Amino acid sequence: MSKFLNIFAPSLGGAALVAGLAYGVSTRDYRAAEADLAMAQSDRALAQVEAATARIAELEAAATAATDAQGAAEAELASLRDQMAARDSAPRAMSVSTQGASAPGPFGLGRDALPEEVAAWNIDVLPDGTGLPVGSGDVWTGDEVFAEHCASCHGDFAEGRGNWPKLAGGQGTLDHKDPLKTVGSYWPYLSTTFDYVRRSMPFGNAQSLSDDDVYAIVAYILYSNDLVDDDFVLSNETFLDVEMPNAEGFIIDDRDTAEAHFWTEPCMENCKDAVEITMRAAVLDVTPEEEGAEEATMDSGTEAATEAPAEEASASEPAPAGDAAPAIDMALASEGEDVFKKCKSCHQVGDGAKNRTGPVLNGVVGAVIGHVDGFKYSNDMAALGEEGKVWTEEELSKFLEKPKGYLSKTKMSFAGLRKEDDRKAVIEYLKTFN
Amino acid sequence: MSDGFEGNTTSRRGFLKGVAGGAGAAALGAGAARAEGPDPLIMEVQEWASGLGDGVDETPYGLPIRFESDVVRRNVPWLTADPISSINFTPIHALDGTITPQGCAFERHHSGAIELAKADYRLMINGLVDRPLVFTYADLERFPRENHVYFCECAANTGMEWAGAQLNGAQFTHGMIHNMEYSGIPLRTLLEEAGLDAAGDLAGKWVYVEGADASSNGRSIPMEKALDDVLVAFKANGEALRKEHGYPVRLVVPGWEGNMWIKWLRRIEVMDQPVESREETSKYTDTLADGTSRKWTWVMDAKSVVTSPSPQSPITHGKGPLVITGLAWSGRGRITRVDVSKDGGKTWETARLGRTQGDTKALTRFYLDTEWNGEEWLLQSRAMDETGYVQPTKHMLRDVRGENSIYHNNCIQTWWIKDTGEAENVEVS
Repeated sequence: MSKFLNIFAPSLGGAALVAGLAYGVSTRDYRAAEADLAMAQSDRALAQVEAATARIAELEAAATAATDAQGAAEAELASLRDQMAARDSAPRAMSVSTQGASAPGPFGLGRDALPEEVAAWNIDVLPDGTGLPVGSGDVWTGDEVFAEHCASCHGDFAEGRGNWPKLAGGQGTLDHKDPLKTVGSYWPYLSTTFDYVRRSMPFGNAQSLSDDDVYAIVAYILYSNDLVDDDFVLSNETFLDVEMPNAEGFIIDDRDTAEAHFWTEPCMENCKDAVEITMRAAVLDVTPEEEGAEEATMDSGTEAATEAPAEEASASEPAPAGDAAPAIDMALASEGEDVFKKCKSCHQVGDGAKNRTGPVLNGVVGAVIGHVDGFKYSNDMAALGEEGKVWTEEELSKFLEKPKGYLSKTKMSFAGLRKEDDRKAVIEYLKTFN
Repeated sequence: MSDGFEGNTTSRRGFLKGVAGGAGAAALGAGAARAEGPDPLIMEVQEWASGLGDGVDETPYGLPIRFESDVVRRNVPWLTADPISSINFTPIHALDGTITPQGCAFERHHSGAIELAKADYRLMINGLVDRPLVFTYADLERFPRENHVYFCECAANTGMEWAGAQLNGAQFTHGMIHNMEYSGIPLRTLLEEAGLDAAGDLAGKWVYVEGADASSNGRSIPMEKALDDVLVAFKANGEALRKEHGYPVRLVVPGWEGNMWIKWLRRIEVMDQPVESREETSKYTDTLADGTSRKWTWVMDAKSVVTSPSPQSPITHGKGPLVITGLAWSGRGRITRVDVSKDGGKTWETARLGRTQGDTKALTRFYLDTEWNGEEWLLQSRAMDETGYVQPTKHMLRDVRGENSIYHNNCIQTWWIKDTGEAENVEVS
């Protein structure tokens, strides 16, 4: 209610109108509460009836207050402006008139969040253990779950692969050059690991793990950091027993004091005796080339327009007739390589490719479904293969459009490639590995 | 004359090409150039002056003309394991003014840029509030909204330069920043709609904000900031947010590190303690030389950079009048002054601000209208903000913080302008 005063007052310019509007809002709230009461009487618990009755009483009081305000406004415009100014400086005080266990807010917008909705989204786990689900997992289970869901990026021993994060090691390196920051060496709270794994991992398949699997993975990460023994079982009950080595390693931002000398009067002349170049970026040479720049430089008005179609024609030139291998559209395959970035966190392809979260994709186009040795397909996917079903381009496209629509129990958690062009491109790319 | 035309392109390759084929351009020197003969671009009727251009429906939503195709975001592939969880850089070397067009404003994703339709959008407010609420997108459009211009800078901007000069271009050293006009609702309005009486004394209370993407990136913001100037925004530069910037709704946390500007904002929780999420413990903390680390280093210190001339935007017009330009900003308020040095910090002169004074927590453009006569420069800029903070040198920062920091590198940048007009990222004594 008070918000309306604040917003409309300048344009309406009349205190009476303002107060009248406020009264209208209160009346609307009153009707809404009455409707709530009717519903509560028919199918809700007595407690809710009482709450709604209480709300009506409050809203009646609010309506009376608004009527009073109208009178006051008609009498004294300036005094109302003073009230508004006072409300701005102490906004909490003015919301009292509409407060209540479930009374609408100043605008009456939105709807109540259901407890089960809050529970579905609020999965925070706090340093003191608040929010931990009941459950447990041991190191050895964690080893298996980690190998299946995490090791493709983080390494079998949480040591990390390539540029992916290292989760273990590094203790004692924080004061060295290039410290190794891992769960063991750096993270101050174990809750952070649990919270993050549960909400954000595995990469590309977030929130797919059971709570027990999350406990097991966290137990395994602790074990990989030599923080627990191999018989350790992590659970909501043992959680706070784990001591994190760097728990005391943080201070709150102290720039205002530690860097107080940066607030200064700057030097304008004779600030240094000599200046020498001590390091050059060109020597290091790690700056990416600018492909876009080349195109722009090459653009010389009309020339580019005539060149482009020629390139297109050569790219889509058909393969000689009678060739055994189907022609591959390399331009399309190249687009597909881009699309395949979405697949790379789980699938490898090419020389030396290995099964990861998903199977190797070499030769997948035209192969019998579930053909890769050593990869554990879902039962349903394996069954399709046993029927002799083949990944034709059409079948692959259907699967990739919506994997779980094609086969509801597929292990592939990927949402799918909605665009037909993307599917065509990625299949063309995969064909280059046949 | 075609040399002169090409000389206007602002790329290293364009520059190198110009040097190889057009040394004469530099030799023209100061003063008005004299035509060697009538210019065919003037003398002959050109195709565009005779024929017809595109009709009005050619591009229902327009992109820059193809001659500007080098003004694009760029990625540094070796920085991250995968482009889905990565960052790219705004081409600040090629822009002017202060507003960053959305289409070339840097992106940072943790689980990729998701497609979230307005119809599927829900925003929840829960925790220590009187009424846990769920809003639809349409609900949000019914709250009073405001417009503000703010910069958004990734805390890691210039992070690759801590140990030494590394990347050769303002885009790469300083391009994790953009500056847009946001239309949105004060977070305060939404918190009051849910009611904060349940939170009791607001001192020491927190607001945890979280996104709808798979990373569900979440950060804890102190209540004081949440009630101050934080916006729940759904438009930028007048149009809907781009997918890569959090369509349909993102958080705007003025002056504070970009990681807190939650994209695809889905939940706001009022709490009595910070969550200590991954992004506020293992990342976005600053390790000092002795191994202890600063946390909650939210505000972005005052900073500036010369965007032209710079390695990707060399001097190609020869001797004579030169506009040095750059950007300055501070998370603590307005930029009040920018100084420029051509001799690596021995002497400084005060630059002209694009406007009398900068907007608070927004990019400020500066210019130094000067002459270049082929001499070598060690070109620097130094920002000051309304709190009296002066942008420090890298040495001053290292003296306090050591070299193991990743984030919050706001040091003075040096470009070595060579006698050819070419520029290189260097570090100086």
